[in-house]
Amino acid sequence: MVEMEKQVLTPVNENKPQRATNFKWRNIFRGDNRALWTILALIIILLVDRMVSPTFFTVRMVNGRLTGSLINTLDGAAPIMLLSIGMTLVIATKGVDLSVGAVMAICAAVSAVLINRHEAGSDNILYYPGFVIAIAILVGALCGLWNGILVALFDIQPIIATLILMVAGRGIAQMITDGQSPTYTDETLAYMGQGTIFGMPFPVYVAAIALVVVYLLVRRTALGLLIESVGINAKASHYTGVNATVIKLFVYIISGICAAIAGLIVAGENTYADPHTAGLWSELDAIVAVVIGGTLLSGGRFSLVLSALGALIIQSLRIGLYISDLHPNANLVVKAIVILLVLLLQSKEFKQAVGRLFKPVLKLRAVFK
Amino acid sequence: MKSRFFPLLVTFLVFSAIYVYCYYHFSSFGSMRVVCNLLRDNAHLGIAAIGMTFVIISGGIDLSVGSVIAFTGVFCALMITREGMDPYLVFAIVLGMGTIFGAVMGVFIYYFKIPAFIVTLSGMFLARGMAYVLTTESIRITHPLYIRVSKLVYIFPDKGRFTFAAGAFLAVLVIGIYLAHFTRFGRNVYAIGGNDTAALMMGVPVGRTTIMVYTLSSFLATFAGIVLSLAKRSGDSTITVGAEMDIIAAVVIGGTLLTGGVGYVIGTFIGVLLPGVIRTYLTLEGSLSPWWIKIVVGGLLFGFIAMQKLLSTRPKLFSFRRQVGPTTVSTA
Repeated sequence: MVEMEKQVLTPVNENKPQRATNFKWRNIFRGDNRALWTILALIIILLVDRMVSPTFFTVRMVNGRLTGSLINTLDGAAPIMLLSIGMTLVIATKGVDLSVGAVMAICAAVSAVLINRHEAGSDNILYYPGFVIAIAILVGALCGLWNGILVALFDIQPIIATLILMVAGRGIAQMITDGQSPTYTDETLAYMGQGTIFGMPFPVYVAAIALVVVYLLVRRTALGLLIESVGINAKASHYTGVNATVIKLFVYIISGICAAIAGLIVAGENTYADPHTAGLWSELDAIVAVVIGGTLLSGGRFSLVLSALGALIIQSLRIGLYISDLHPNANLVVKAIVILLVLLLQSKEFKQAVGRLFKPVLKLRAVFK
Repeated sequence: MKSRFFPLLVTFLVFSAIYVYCYYHFSSFGSMRVVCNLLRDNAHLGIAAIGMTFVIISGGIDLSVGSVIAFTGVFCALMITREGMDPYLVFAIVLGMGTIFGAVMGVFIYYFKIPAFIVTLSGMFLARGMAYVLTTESIRITHPLYIRVSKLVYIFPDKGRFTFAAGAFLAVLVIGIYLAHFTRFGRNVYAIGGNDTAALMMGVPVGRTTIMVYTLSSFLATFAGIVLSLAKRSGDSTITVGAEMDIIAAVVIGGTLLTGGVGYVIGTFIGVLLPGVIRTYLTLEGSLSPWWIKIVVGGLLFGFIAMQKLLSTRPKLFSFRRQVGPTTVSTA
């Protein structure tokens, strides 16, 4: 109370000259500069990768296909990036989607089973590759709709609402494939995972296009603002006339669609759909990517680009660990430590604690001034 | 009947109904053999789930338990078989490590305000990674103590074997019920789960309780790992992958609300056994495919959550008729 009065009584100095940007090195441990830390983390990890493997940044053209660790990183990051795009929107509404891995498995299974019927000589137009992809994406959208209905209409906590599909989803995927891991030879579907355009792997384009499309959708319209308002205060945004139900349905459907495309890519890379391992634990990767990107799990302000960078961080970490001489089993440990470090750097409380440690140094400097 | 007890009652009724249905089809469900096997097979999940119940009642979540169980098993196997250490000493060391592990996670969650979901997720990666680093192969344990424990069974007249694991499970259950409902710590956990600001203002030590909750969860997960290691007489770093999700599902089926503040340890006990009963039924049935277990558990999860929702608040879907103003917007 006393502090509040003080604040009210203190005259506001409006004529104080403002800097063009409010960035100060001094505030690096205090202020809110999420982008800086994410980009810095990516650069550091890439540099460490470069130290581990001198050829990390070398990109060569082999048979019309760019090769190199950097390209592999981009290629491998594409599914996580796709998931993290949907996940960012979901998390921005104060939700979380645990089912994306299972949705990937379901959609991969659907595509493999349907294309197998086409390969078996069925003339049904629904089994043509283009339609198969469309159906798989539709299935993903339906999975997202189911999650959205549970969250938005039934008011079930997102973590639990999506846990249902996470638990049941792999069972459903196994049911679709009848417990098998169907392989296929169709080139269109394989292209989803293996194709190249101008030497770049096709998944990279898919992820980039998805990023651009969703970015334009939420930032060039009011949608992004509405999503943030629902995440910050659902009640207040309801009173101002925001239809939180529709917004939540929308973000879960987007997440489902992203998961479906990621599932198609992962299936296309191997040309088979394994309901047990397709997208296993990728929901956790996606959540970590979003959190590293600075979007808070408590909802509100989000950044799609930073989430995509978060996905890149995770993948470059993984690639770096693969090519390093480090014990191959240690990568989970390193991953855990890196995640914790990035999160600590973002934690306001931690930065304040570090700031307190540096206080004597600052005082000392003041003395010598 | 207070509505507080209602989810628990429904859980109990559903469990009874399913059990009676199974008994109707396979009379062996009436034997102590099936009962003892249920307790034995779900002991490690159950012990960890009791710790998870405290975490969830306090409004948090702990994703690391499955990995902690696996790490404990590997650590015990490695130290006992490879290093030839005394099992009791190994148990003491690993329980100490588990306790510190949980306390550190609690500190991160409470003092640095990092969401529990992410902290325990890192904990999950860390524990699993440490298990992989120790070894990726399955190590058998042939220490005399393990043989002695495996012979420590009470055999019922119908050859039901009440093993050490089942006993440990029931013992932890009793201690868990005591902790939750008859101690100051238990009341504090409910208080911070209900409303941590209000709890803080009432003088509940929120920080200490939060850290203790995660410590308890990791401690019990470590204990579950020891129980599993004694039961399997081996250590394997690839076991209990994804067990945390089964455990969370069991806690929710047991009537604990994920928003915190409401739940019963005994409900978790039933929630753990329920998938076990269905699994046993599917095994005995033989003709049904194994993936049905996942779908049925998912369906059960949905059923219980929908029921809890209908009981606790009137969902928007059904309230549009009587809604005069914008009254039913959740802030959760």
